[in-house]
Amino acid sequence: MPSIRKPLIPLAPLPVNELGLTLRDYEGGMSTLCAGCGHDSITAAITRAFFELSLPPEKIAKLSGIGCSSKTPTYFVSGAHGFNSVHGRMPPIVTGANAANRSSIYIGISGDGDSLSIGAGHFVHAVRRNVNMVYVIENNGVYGLTKGQFSATADVGSSAKKGAANETPPIDPVILALSLGATFVARSFSGDKGQLIPIIKAAVEHKGFALIDVISPCIQFNNHEGSTKSYHYVREHEIKEIDQVYIPPSGEITAVLPEDGIVKVKMFDGSTLAFRTLPPHYDPRDREGAMHYVNQARLRREIPTGLLFIDEDAPDVHELNSTTDTPLVDLPYESLCPGSGALARFMEGFK
Amino acid sequence: MEPTNIEDPNFFHQVVDCQWACPAHTNVPEYIRLIGQGRYADAYMENRKSNVFPGILGRTCDRPCEPACRRGRVDGNPVAICRLKRVAADLKGDISSMLPTAPLSKNGKKVACIGAGPASLTVANDLLPLGYDVTIFESSASPGGLMRTNIPSFRLPAEVLDQEIAAIVDMGANMEYSTQIKSLEDLRSKGFDAIFIGSGAPKGKDLALKGRDEGRDRIHIGIEWLQSVAFGHIESVGERVLVIGVGNTAMDCCRTARRIGGKDVKVMARRPREFFKASPWELEDAEEEGIEITVNHAPKEIVLDDGKVIGMRFDVLSWNSDATKSEVVGSVVIDCDDVILAIGQENAFEWIERDMGMDFDNWGMPVVDEKTMATTLDGVFMGGDAPWGPKNIIWAVAHGHEAAISIDNYCNGVALEDRPATAMDLVSQKMGLTEWSYHNDYNPNLRQKMTHVELTKRFAELSLEVELGFSVEQTVLEVERCLNCDVEPVFKASSCIECDACIDICPVQCLTMTSGDGVIEELRLRLSAPSPNLDQQVYLSTKLAQTGRVMVKDENICVHCGLCAERCPTAAWDMEKFTLNLGYAGQVNQRVTR
Repeated sequence: MPSIRKPLIPLAPLPVNELGLTLRDYEGGMSTLCAGCGHDSITAAITRAFFELSLPPEKIAKLSGIGCSSKTPTYFVSGAHGFNSVHGRMPPIVTGANAANRSSIYIGISGDGDSLSIGAGHFVHAVRRNVNMVYVIENNGVYGLTKGQFSATADVGSSAKKGAANETPPIDPVILALSLGATFVARSFSGDKGQLIPIIKAAVEHKGFALIDVISPCIQFNNHEGSTKSYHYVREHEIKEIDQVYIPPSGEITAVLPEDGIVKVKMFDGSTLAFRTLPPHYDPRDREGAMHYVNQARLRREIPTGLLFIDEDAPDVHELNSTTDTPLVDLPYESLCPGSGALARFMEGFK
Repeated sequence: MEPTNIEDPNFFHQVVDCQWACPAHTNVPEYIRLIGQGRYADAYMENRKSNVFPGILGRTCDRPCEPACRRGRVDGNPVAICRLKRVAADLKGDISSMLPTAPLSKNGKKVACIGAGPASLTVANDLLPLGYDVTIFESSASPGGLMRTNIPSFRLPAEVLDQEIAAIVDMGANMEYSTQIKSLEDLRSKGFDAIFIGSGAPKGKDLALKGRDEGRDRIHIGIEWLQSVAFGHIESVGERVLVIGVGNTAMDCCRTARRIGGKDVKVMARRPREFFKASPWELEDAEEEGIEITVNHAPKEIVLDDGKVIGMRFDVLSWNSDATKSEVVGSVVIDCDDVILAIGQENAFEWIERDMGMDFDNWGMPVVDEKTMATTLDGVFMGGDAPWGPKNIIWAVAHGHEAAISIDNYCNGVALEDRPATAMDLVSQKMGLTEWSYHNDYNPNLRQKMTHVELTKRFAELSLEVELGFSVEQTVLEVERCLNCDVEPVFKASSCIECDACIDICPVQCLTMTSGDGVIEELRLRLSAPSPNLDQQVYLSTKLAQTGRVMVKDENICVHCGLCAERCPTAAWDMEKFTLNLGYAGQVNQRVTR
């Protein structure tokens, strides 16, 4: 915990976004996480992505469960709505909030414990329902708040700080989500904002459930030799074969892309994602291919990062349930609760 | 690109904007911290080391440090460095035991100084403790030079002047008052081992105008007039006064006129306000006293009535945007009783024989080495306003220190170029996990405003000091505005694990990890935040182990809050206090210590 709050410097030459806000306006409270925690970098990446997208802070809802990761929504966009739920229960809370107000931008922050142990049952259903949200798993392979026991994502053979090796096979959130029909699946690394920020932006614009599994080293309990989620290990084993450029709806294409080998995906809001992939014939719209590719890489002890899969045409939770286009919160009370007469007429239809 | 060599004292020195801008390189952040701790005597002595006259300069300095101050780039107003210096001087108490002293046994070398102004006094201050026998020749009856004659006592009380000069003279300088040196050749034959010329630029410029001669009784040369007022030879002036010129001397003239009878005092300027030579605060102080500053008026002639000055005719000018070209768009006569010409000063060297071997340039100015202060005449040195025309006190002090080094070298047979090295210390300020030996929090206080004596009182008494000085409460608020630019984030690339913590926490986004390839101009475009200030350096680390990138710090607007070091899990960043150890006369060579 730093000795002082991050000061606001009146004349710092900071750029402003379309709303006239600076990056500092997208910050939250001071982090109380350990110095050097990967989660803080993810917070900074979210802050920057939201700033660059010019999201109105009051349109953002940030939700979390319990754990180191789940503390972090406090540390970004203090002007946003927030909800800190019971351990592992963030996905149903978002599902409910999203059902009531589909016009907000939902970001859920979770960890490997919160999503894949205690909250695994909720996580899988949010994926299935294609709840329109950004779902960030800050994945460090250990339970940091309880002093570094292996979590459900610890690789077989990776060792704890005191030397004991893990023997239980891990859950890979990417494979799990792909198998459940997720429509946006990415993996990234907290130490690489150059990749993470565009992925977060694309996830915000994606219609449906967008999973970003971010490997986020635990500086205190999982950054040693023998760890497979340390800064050093990830940098040694990360393969960045799938590169994507996010092009906003109105934005000019500033990145120069060679035309051949480029896969372009039109996003729901009119923006474009352009992929340049190194693996031959890799198609980010091919679910089976993506699963195969990630599995094969895992056997080679490689960590493929990037936006691995996207399906922009799948119906989201509202389409699946034929809800109204108007967010429920905006409907007049008489429409939401039309009274006992309307109920009686409705019941009549089942006779 | 090459990593930054932080062992070079110049690198971090340049980060300490105030110290870098100060001609005498006073360690400003250090003395401001000492003031903050209530250690006024220590703050005073820290000042005195480099600028010799803290009480005088705390009231009159031209403050090159303040426009340079980083706080100006942070909230628009620099720290009131100059007036904090005065706080240290006002509250220092008895410092007699801390002042330098001269040894009882002398070294047998005799040095003559011409003029008892700040340059000569600094030479004496540096040489007396080394055992030199220093004689100062002064044409007037008291020491101080233009500090006494040109700066009115309502800005600089005589007691302050007397006290700080006494600290030097009382070390045992031989003072030859009322002694005008009329021949350098004569003086040279008197057996001095070295001579320092600190005779200033004592001649006010005149203006050749129609009516100038006829009106001579009521037309005054600014610095001569100020001197006459200072010595009590002039005690009054007409009610309507025109001051020609808009430098700091003009401001002293108009404010003095206001106190000895002037009621309608106007300062007449040829050019628009943004091109004035006077410091902005001196203009403000004059205007506060009801002085009217008129722009775009060029003096044309003195209007006389029966040989008596009744007014002055001006051309009204219209200037282009950068005030390089003007055209006359009108002509006006402004009534007045007195005219004071404050349009500049010149040097006068009629007492230096031209056949002695001292070189003069085409403008009649002596050729003087800017580093060593040596003239082309063996053993004769020059500094202050004398060699290059009017500057200000702090420059004279800086020249004095350099001349003293040269004289010491010269008298000991050491080459003038072989000067004591500038060294530095760089010491960690870490006191605990997130605890530093300095106050690292950014304080949003606004610059404190100096309280002035009310107008009626100050016009009643010529010598009443206008500025009251900061109160203790104001001092406490003002010291906290200092950003401690001398406490440097220092980076150790080999410890870095590239976790981004420092970059994320930095309140001004001055840190970036990026490729170290390319050229610096292009690298500046790749930084986290815009890098608009090319006068400020960029600090480049060696290559980082994991990705081969480098850590880059744009020194422009770092507020030295230490958060990068607090959030660094491996202590790759540390806050280290930079102390510049300047070389002074007689100093044994120092080394860089870390």
